[in-house]
Amino acid sequence: MPGKKEAAQGTGYPVRKEGLRKRRRVGETIIQSLLFFAGFFSIFTTLGIVYELGKEALLFFRTPEVDPWEFLTGTSWQPHINEFGILPLATSTFITSLIAMTIAIPLGMAAAIYLSEYASHKVRRTLKPILEILAGLPTIVYGYFALMFVTPLLRSLFGNDVVQIYNMASGGLVMGILILPLIASMSEDALNAVPRALREAAYGLGATKLEVVLKVVVPAALSGIAAAIIVGISRAIGETMIVAVSVGAGPNFTFNPFQSAETMTGHIVRISGGDLSYDSIDYNSIFAIGLLLFFITLTLNIVSQRIVRRFREVYE
Amino acid sequence: MKKNNPSYSNGGRFRDNLATRHRAGVIWQIVFQASTVIGIIALTALLLNIIDGAFGYVAYEARVDPASLAVDGVAIEDLPQELLVEILRQNLSSGAFNKLDNEIPFNERSRINVYDLVIERIVRYDVTESWTLRESLTQGAEIRARVIEEYPDAELRFISWINAEFIQRPQSSEAVNAGVRTAILGSLLTILVTILVAFPLGVGAAIYLEEYALDNWLNRLIRTNINNLAGVPSIIYGILGLAIFVRVLGVLTSGAVFGSVDPTTASGRTVLSAGLTLALLVLPLIIINAQEALRAVPQSLRQASLSVGATKWQTVWSHVLPNAIPGILTGTILAVSRAIGETAPLIVVGASTAISFDPNIFSRFTTLPIQIYQWTARPQAEWRHLAAAAILVLIVLLLSLNATAIVLRNRSTKRF
Amino acid sequence: MSTTADSNYVIETRHLAIFYGDFKAVTDVNLRIQRHKITAIIGPSGCGKSTLLRSFNRMNELVPESHASGQVLFDGQDLYARQVDPVEVRHRIGMVFQKPNPFPKSIYENIAWGARVHGYRGNMDELVERSLHQAALWDEVKDILHRSGLALSGGQQQRLCIARTIAVQPEVILMDEPASALDPIATLKIEELMEELKRNYTIIIVTHNMQQAARVSDYTAMMMLANGHARSGTVIEFDETNKIFTRPSDKRTEDYVTGRFG
Ligand SMILES: Nc1ncnc2c1ncn2[C@@H]1O[C@H](COP(=O)(O)OP(=O)(O)OP(=O)(O)O)[C@@H](O)[C@H]1O
Ligand SMILES: [Mg+2]
Repeated sequence: MPGKKEAAQGTGYPVRKEGLRKRRRVGETIIQSLLFFAGFFSIFTTLGIVYELGKEALLFFRTPEVDPWEFLTGTSWQPHINEFGILPLATSTFITSLIAMTIAIPLGMAAAIYLSEYASHKVRRTLKPILEILAGLPTIVYGYFALMFVTPLLRSLFGNDVVQIYNMASGGLVMGILILPLIASMSEDALNAVPRALREAAYGLGATKLEVVLKVVVPAALSGIAAAIIVGISRAIGETMIVAVSVGAGPNFTFNPFQSAETMTGHIVRISGGDLSYDSIDYNSIFAIGLLLFFITLTLNIVSQRIVRRFREVYE
Repeated sequence: MKKNNPSYSNGGRFRDNLATRHRAGVIWQIVFQASTVIGIIALTALLLNIIDGAFGYVAYEARVDPASLAVDGVAIEDLPQELLVEILRQNLSSGAFNKLDNEIPFNERSRINVYDLVIERIVRYDVTESWTLRESLTQGAEIRARVIEEYPDAELRFISWINAEFIQRPQSSEAVNAGVRTAILGSLLTILVTILVAFPLGVGAAIYLEEYALDNWLNRLIRTNINNLAGVPSIIYGILGLAIFVRVLGVLTSGAVFGSVDPTTASGRTVLSAGLTLALLVLPLIIINAQEALRAVPQSLRQASLSVGATKWQTVWSHVLPNAIPGILTGTILAVSRAIGETAPLIVVGASTAISFDPNIFSRFTTLPIQIYQWTARPQAEWRHLAAAAILVLIVLLLSLNATAIVLRNRSTKRF
Repeated sequence: MSTTADSNYVIETRHLAIFYGDFKAVTDVNLRIQRHKITAIIGPSGCGKSTLLRSFNRMNELVPESHASGQVLFDGQDLYARQVDPVEVRHRIGMVFQKPNPFPKSIYENIAWGARVHGYRGNMDELVERSLHQAALWDEVKDILHRSGLALSGGQQQRLCIARTIAVQPEVILMDEPASALDPIATLKIEELMEELKRNYTIIIVTHNMQQAARVSDYTAMMMLANGHARSGTVIEFDETNKIFTRPSDKRTEDYVTGRFG
């Protein structure tokens, strides 16, 4: 600090009159406050999400045309005739996610087991980044793939009269391909974290490789794998562009995967892609759907984190 | 002799099941391996599908035969600028001609630009039909025969939809003239805003959490909150951006408070709003990645610095950060490449459908993924070829970012 | 089972060498392990004791790039012959590790698991009880059989691992410093247990503890980095424990067992 520059005899250091007493360091305090603000900032994001979604959703439910019970149980979503039943949107979200997970869970887990337990070091080192690139491609690219490749494929397999141009199956399948590497990569990390000593214990008893893998390693990594699966589900429910491009543009209450429908996310995108005026019921409705989406995915994420934390406790 | 050793006799106590167990092992190994292969096949199919769309035969038809515009036998390709302007004057309505002249006077335009205008406004090529790469390769003869028969005036060409002009041209309502210049600039500008906001905030938050925060309820809440935000679907951020940046902060994000008077952006649906929305989206990812990088710096380094009497911040600034920075940059690049590919939140924030001017931060915006979405959603095949070409541009952009991240990561792992 | 070899010896190695990639960790080991005796392997750190021990039940091949040359004969049969199944080898030659490594399952399951894998047909409860008795753990855990094996103390965990090994009824039990993580009382328990077990099993133990080797073992193999070979370990002396500790024939052995070594 300037003003204290006279060096103490011989040491070359400035003399400190305060001795060992605590000093106020203004610079440090300012920096620390700035850092605290940065850390705290994310709380604002969450508050913003909850406040804005909540406020507009409340306006939505306050309008006379909307009945909260009707919203949760109604099977028709047609704003222009004041029908606001979420079920057609929710079932379509559910069906596409179900198809996706049917693909992604078994294939992703099997791929994880192969990579972590069977593949040679070299194979793993090349395959894992490839899978991660696959998981990192923008989802609009997958949307293109669903519409231009998977839909024509499904239509040629099952017939044009069975499979509509826009359909839930193709969106769900491609979503599965998107989530596969996610589950594979996260599960592989969980399998890798299983201590070597445990494997050796099983081998030492004369177990075959498969027995070691399926009966010791996988159960030991199960919570990590479960967390991966839950994150995958949450990803599927929140996924937007694939379904917006390939599943359809109109709510349809159906359980037939070859029919077109509209998911919650797809609906939000379509409504807000047009010219949306504030304070219209359309504007408010996307907040209500968004709020529902937020709570579903938040719950899933919290559950997954709980599971991961328990998994840490076992080994550390 | 062995009989008196109890462990020797497999005397019926253990079933001789070794063969079965090994068979199961082989079968499952094949299952595991096949699953991995299926994943790889899916990736391959996806890439091939995009390449398939980005190249192939196209049949064009000109509304006005360019040969008919030739002056004194000189084809329009070789005409000087003045004559091209003359052609424009003769063939366009005077209103349209004056409008072009008002935008940029003709004598200030380049010859190429005027030539493009002639092609775009007068000759007007239309795509009559287009084919994918696979069709073009396997059915070349049939395609040629069909074009001669059905579209006698059309010109058939094998083209790459992704080419230099495609990258340099602005968006257009005609497929043959459409390019991704607007979208690329839009993406870059949006990301710039995102980085400028999210990087300092994210790294600051990570430093706070890793170096300063005590283990109390508030900091635990912050940590949990960040993890939860990382899992919120991106479309929710779009809705948040719409409510906050577009609606509440509209005066700010439209540039009105800074004296920008573009009436089209008064709604706040601007590059700035888009960039801020994406900043909120990637912030938790940057924080989490940066925390990991900071955690990888050995504790002994901090102790060494503190033990010579450095303050906390001096320690962080001169020892921790320099060692963590490659890791922090890697994490940031990965987060940013996520932001570059995001589509849904930008649609909700209000991306524009058709803009053809170079954007600034207070102008309406489009980005590469938005462009891809809009082109994919159109039913005509030629737009989907353009979408495929734009996807290739996007992938190249992302791969080069990822390659940078890998280089940085390799450099950082050599440290300790 | 063929027995061309002298059936007093369970394991016999001939010019055994073990590599990690290009690195020859152990070279030219020729040993004959007596049935129903305890054989100790001693030697300075890094001389290849664990490596040698793990080669006896082919655990070593779980390390990528590791391979062996020479022979390990088990009842006269070469363990490294092409037709030999490592899984079966490990069934017959069990192993207890330095750090206790129970499965994250219940105590009961820890023991039943291996038996089940091998298609055990007898009464499982009985087997569990008997194995725990043999491992001198029964009295301590009989009321908490369904609690996690990880909830036990280190010494109890190690005895659980021994019980688990016994349950699949091997002929030989390999122990790699089984007591190094334990306190003197738990160590004593394990040593008593070994004394007990040797009636039915052949035991080979790696230990750093000279007193322990002297107390429990009948035979001792002294390992050392071999002269001339760059950093390869080998057995420099192998004899009755008594003799190794009182009248070793190799000067290096004498230095080591009396604590004068490095
Ligand atoms: N997995 C491995 N890969 C490569 N080299 C190894 C591996 N395990 C051991 N080695 C090397 O082999 C040599 C012998 O190691 P080993 O573990 O057998 O020694 P040890 O006598 O058991 O030592 P300690 O008494 O410390 O346990 C050492 O030089 C070691 O570095
Ligand atoms: Mg050892």
